[in-house]
Order: sequence, then structure tokens, then C-alpha cells
Amino acid sequence: MTFSYFPGCTLKTKAKELDRYARISAEALGFSLEELPDWQCCGGVYPMAKNEIATKLSSIRALASAKEKGQPLVTLCSACHNVIKQVNHDMQTDSNIVMKANNYMKLEEPYNGETEVLHYLEVLRDKIGFDNVAKAVKNPLKGKKIAAYYGCLLLRPGKVMQMDNPENPKILEDFIKAIGATPVLYPYRNECCGGYMTMEEKSVAENRSSLVMNSASEYGADMVITACPLCLYNLTKNSGSDVPVVYFTELLAEALGLK
Amino acid sequence: MADLKEQVLTASGVNPLKCMRCGKCSGTCPSYDAMEYHPHQFVYMVEKGDIETLMKSESIYKCLSCFACIERCPRDVEPAKLVEAVRLAVIRQQGQNHLKPQQVPEMLDEELPQQAIVSAFRKYSK
Repeated sequence: MTFSYFPGCTLKTKAKELDRYARISAEALGFSLEELPDWQCCGGVYPMAKNEIATKLSSIRALASAKEKGQPLVTLCSACHNVIKQVNHDMQTDSNIVMKANNYMKLEEPYNGETEVLHYLEVLRDKIGFDNVAKAVKNPLKGKKIAAYYGCLLLRPGKVMQMDNPENPKILEDFIKAIGATPVLYPYRNECCGGYMTMEEKSVAENRSSLVMNSASEYGADMVITACPLCLYNLTKNSGSDVPVVYFTELLAEALGLK
Repeated sequence: MADLKEQVLTASGVNPLKCMRCGKCSGTCPSYDAMEYHPHQFVYMVEKGDIETLMKSESIYKCLSCFACIERCPRDVEPAKLVEAVRLAVIRQQGQNHLKPQQVPEMLDEELPQQAIVSAFRKYSK
């Protein structure tokens, strides 16, 4: 099974482990990620305005390029996934954006949202199957209590993202079970970490991240996992907590005996 | 300023008349404490056409794009889209970028991911 893959800016720099462990785990699980040749940064946050076109083009180029190859497009960073999936939804539903983007891009064949966008976790759940992931595990993380941190971008808006129930998700908890560990449920797992506000108003990120980490600790977590580099940064640097936060792909690689 | 209101309604695609004033958007907003005007106030102030007050407020730079208000609004009003449209009405003007490249180096530390910088530029500047 081969998928087109959009790594995004941060996975080439500060979050190389998120990318590297995902690729080696994919090979071990029988699928491969083919990086798109000329991908451009998604911009980090979805441009919500109906009359924003230029800021959506990098996503549309990636989507059209995957369509040309006839492959689903896989993302890993929560932000890239959110932006690309929401732009794809625009390309399926907003005729004004579709017309303007296609007029500008002049593709051989217009792009109308045909590409299937999958987060790496959805590949594990829907294409490989968590039961098969569990079968491939060589080093089950027995006894580890792990809190899944979804943050905002993987799940919302639920109507567009369609990954899971946005208020009561379980995809990461099912992943945790598949690698042999015990999921910890806690109330702040789908609340925002403070995101990019860490740059301009650190106190917002500090407050938000502390709420998340204190909540995870209170419910007994040994460790928190995430798919988002900015969440990982805020939860480690801005929360004051010493509970470790790691990328879910790192634990996957560890469980598969690749680390 | 009817034209400003029109501009915000067009850019956001939001119909503020759908709002039933329950306040759930502000109740769930992670930036609530950092805002002068809160998500529910954006909805009724846009409805009233009081756009310029919002344009002058720092509140337009506090939305985290977390989509909590959009997800949890029982009437599907999508308040974050109004915050975005008001901010665009400001930063689309010549010379009105909120974040300038020369400010960035002092905001960096060794571990800050690129994602934070590109996100801030997308939200704060044109």
C-alpha cells in the first residue's frame, strides 16, 4: 500500500522524530509513504474567510498532486491535517473557491476535492486496522499509563474533519491499547494548548498547557502523547509539568521493536 | 458603516441572526480571559454593525483558531469566522500587519517549532 505523504515544515526541522518514526513504522506495518516532490508549507492554520484564495493554494497543489498519482494523501502533523482537510472540503463544497482556485492554477484537469485525505492515525485504524497493529507489536508497552492529547486540530470542526467524535474521541486511546499500554481518560484531552499565542502572549499558552498537563497528571498519566509539534512544545515548555510528552509515532516505533 | 458590515458578513459567510445568545462560544473559548470583546460579543456587535470598535480592539489577535466555538455552537453560527473576518478587515489594509518579520527573532527559542511562526504570520499579517 503506497500513500502520497505531506510532511510539512516542522517535520523537516524541529519535529524530525515525528516523521522518522512514522516512516519506519509504516514500512514495518506494510505500507509506504511517498513524499510529494514539491510540497509547500500549509500555512499552519486554516484560512477561514470565504474570500481567501491564495492562502489555500499550497494545500490545493498538494491535493492535486496526490490526485495525479491516484493516491490518498497522508498527513501527520495535526496542523497540516486540519488545513489540508478543510481546504479539500472547500474544494468539494464552495463553488466560488473552486472556480477561483482552478482559474488561477490552470491544471490540466480541474481539481474538485477528489483526493482522500487521511491522517496517519486513520491509516492505522482504517487501512491497516488496530488489531493488525497489535499483532505486529514486538515490545508491548505493558503497564504504561498513557494520556492521549488530541488538542483542537485533529478533531475540529467535527463535521469536516470526520476523524472521530470531536467531544468523546477514542482513536488515540485505541492506538494506545494496540501498542499494549493503558489509556488514561482526562477532561482536557481535546482542549487547546494555547497554540501560536506562545509567541505573543505566553501567559495564555502557559495557562492552557498547565490545565491540560495538570489534568492528565491528576488522572494518573505516566506520559502524554500527541501528533502536533506545537502542542508538544507548549505542553513541555509552557506547562511547568515534568510528565513527559512524546509523539505517538515514537511509541509506535518502540512497540514495533524499531527503536 | 454598512459597507464594513457587508464586508465582514461576506468574508465570514456567517449569519449572526441565527444566534440565540446562549453564550456557549465565550464559555468554551480558551482565549476568553485575554479578550476585551468575547466571541458572543463579536456576533452581536457585527449584527449591530459596530465593526470599527472591534477593529480597534486587540481581541482580534487573540483567537487561537481552535474551532471550539464553531464545534460547540448549538445554532451553527461559527463565531471564530467573524473574528477572522474583522481581523482581515484590519490587516488587509496597507501597512497594518500586526506581526512584522523583524519582531520574530526575539520571540524565538531553540525549541519553538516553525509551525508556531507560520501560524502567527497567517493570523497576524498579510
